[in-house]
Amino acid sequence: MPNAIPIIEIVFYLFSGVATLAALGVITSRNPVYSVLFLVLTFFSSACIWLLLEAEFLAITLVLVYVGAVMVLFLFVVMMLDINLTKLKSGFASYLPVGILVAIAMAAQLFILIWATGAGSQVLEYGDADGSNTRMLGELLYTEYLYPFEIAGLILLVAIVAAISLTHRRRPETKYQDPSRQVKVNRDERVRLVKMDAEED
Amino acid sequence: MIEQLTVLAWTVTKISFLILIPLILAVAYFTFAERKVIGYMQSRVGPNRVGPWGLFQPFADVFKLLFKEIIIPAQANKVLFVLAPMMTLIPAFTAWAVIPASDKLVLADIDAGLLYILAMTSMGVYGVIVGGWASNSKYAFLGALRSAAQIVSYEMAMGFALVGVIILSGSLNISNIVEAQSGGLFSWFWLPLLPLFVIYFISGVAETNRAPFDVAEGESEIVAGFHVDYSGAAFALYFLAEYANMILISALASLLFMGGWMSPFAGIPIIAEPGPHWFFIKMFSFMFLFLWFRATFPRYRYDQIMRLGWKVFIPITIVWILVAGIFRVTGLYGG
Repeated sequence: MPNAIPIIEIVFYLFSGVATLAALGVITSRNPVYSVLFLVLTFFSSACIWLLLEAEFLAITLVLVYVGAVMVLFLFVVMMLDINLTKLKSGFASYLPVGILVAIAMAAQLFILIWATGAGSQVLEYGDADGSNTRMLGELLYTEYLYPFEIAGLILLVAIVAAISLTHRRRPETKYQDPSRQVKVNRDERVRLVKMDAEED
Repeated sequence: MIEQLTVLAWTVTKISFLILIPLILAVAYFTFAERKVIGYMQSRVGPNRVGPWGLFQPFADVFKLLFKEIIIPAQANKVLFVLAPMMTLIPAFTAWAVIPASDKLVLADIDAGLLYILAMTSMGVYGVIVGGWASNSKYAFLGALRSAAQIVSYEMAMGFALVGVIILSGSLNISNIVEAQSGGLFSWFWLPLLPLFVIYFISGVAETNRAPFDVAEGESEIVAGFHVDYSGAAFALYFLAEYANMILISALASLLFMGGWMSPFAGIPIIAEPGPHWFFIKMFSFMFLFLWFRATFPRYRYDQIMRLGWKVFIPITIVWILVAGIFRVTGLYGG
């Protein structure tokens, strides 16, 4: 079809435009709740771009993990904090040079990577014969990259346990119930019948 | 150009006639069924005035809600207040794209269908949190926080329960999962995955904020929770999303654990034929369970909901994932 509309290109620029604008919104909006919601939009648009690459497993996992779980907790925390905006905004300009430096460094790293490996011209392998990249990804992760994968999982587990044990304080004054004891309770523990003589007047 | 526009028009038509209109009608009559069923369970007759046997009651409700004024509280965040109900409704509807009613009757037969559903249902919580926050009311905010914590907790148990299904069927595609259960009543996944099946459905009830886990609404403690400030059409959207999600959970439970469109009577002629009617019978039974729960159980206390999710369900699911793996490796089920 020579005259066909380049749908993929249009959709790509649409989604990357939304992602870029939303990313700008994250750092410019005055309300932290808006920032979190813009970040959600950025993640979602990036997931859509990955879908265009037919990387459906990665795209859906991005939505599931970041949008569905991580950002919900972020939003949760941001909403409960009473953040003083003027104080936060005052240092904005002084951080600018550092921010620009980091941005330039990251961009340079990306460009070098693309230039050195020629990733731009490389044809990516999408999936196996059925076009399912979930199966391909799973097979790679559990055969070729089994050890790195398992080690990464273990490190995450250690990090979770460490974070909980560092922040969890057992306060003696906290009152709580033990449901298994509540279930097992019997009549003698709760009720005491007293027999007494009838009193006069 | 013309070709692409035709494809687009055809897809939009399919979306509206296969999903949108049936789903909205199903939700309308589900609310009617809820009032009737709970009515009879409590020795009442339920709505019976509008139309024959009260059958037009849902339409009366819908028109009443649509013509009511949407009141936006003065101190509310107006943009988010209006956006929030849509943020709940859109994921609730988009998840339906991959639900098959039979091996041919499906809008999008995608490979990662189950993951897609998990991703979509996990996004519905934003509407609840944002709505509760934007209302700028203590009760709404409390409801939103409760609901967020509850949904995030039960999503874990739900996801783990689905891992068992994925292990036994070896696929993320919902049609393939149903095909993997082909056979009679005893070749469906509810039998080898019985604990996961029970946990899945209970987590589904908790995910949709329904009784006995409806602390996010908790009308006796926090009035109506996150949607206390919503009225008219905005409230109707929340309502629509909640019921669409309930139907979705019922559809998933019947597809993933009860053999979808497979007939329970394998080997007997005529009634052993698979077909969409079996799927709908199963789905309606699960939907009935939602109503039965609501009429039966008192509301859970909040800390016990959390305990049930984290300390009871998640350990059981992790153990049963191992058991499912053993089933698969030894060839008892699946593979």
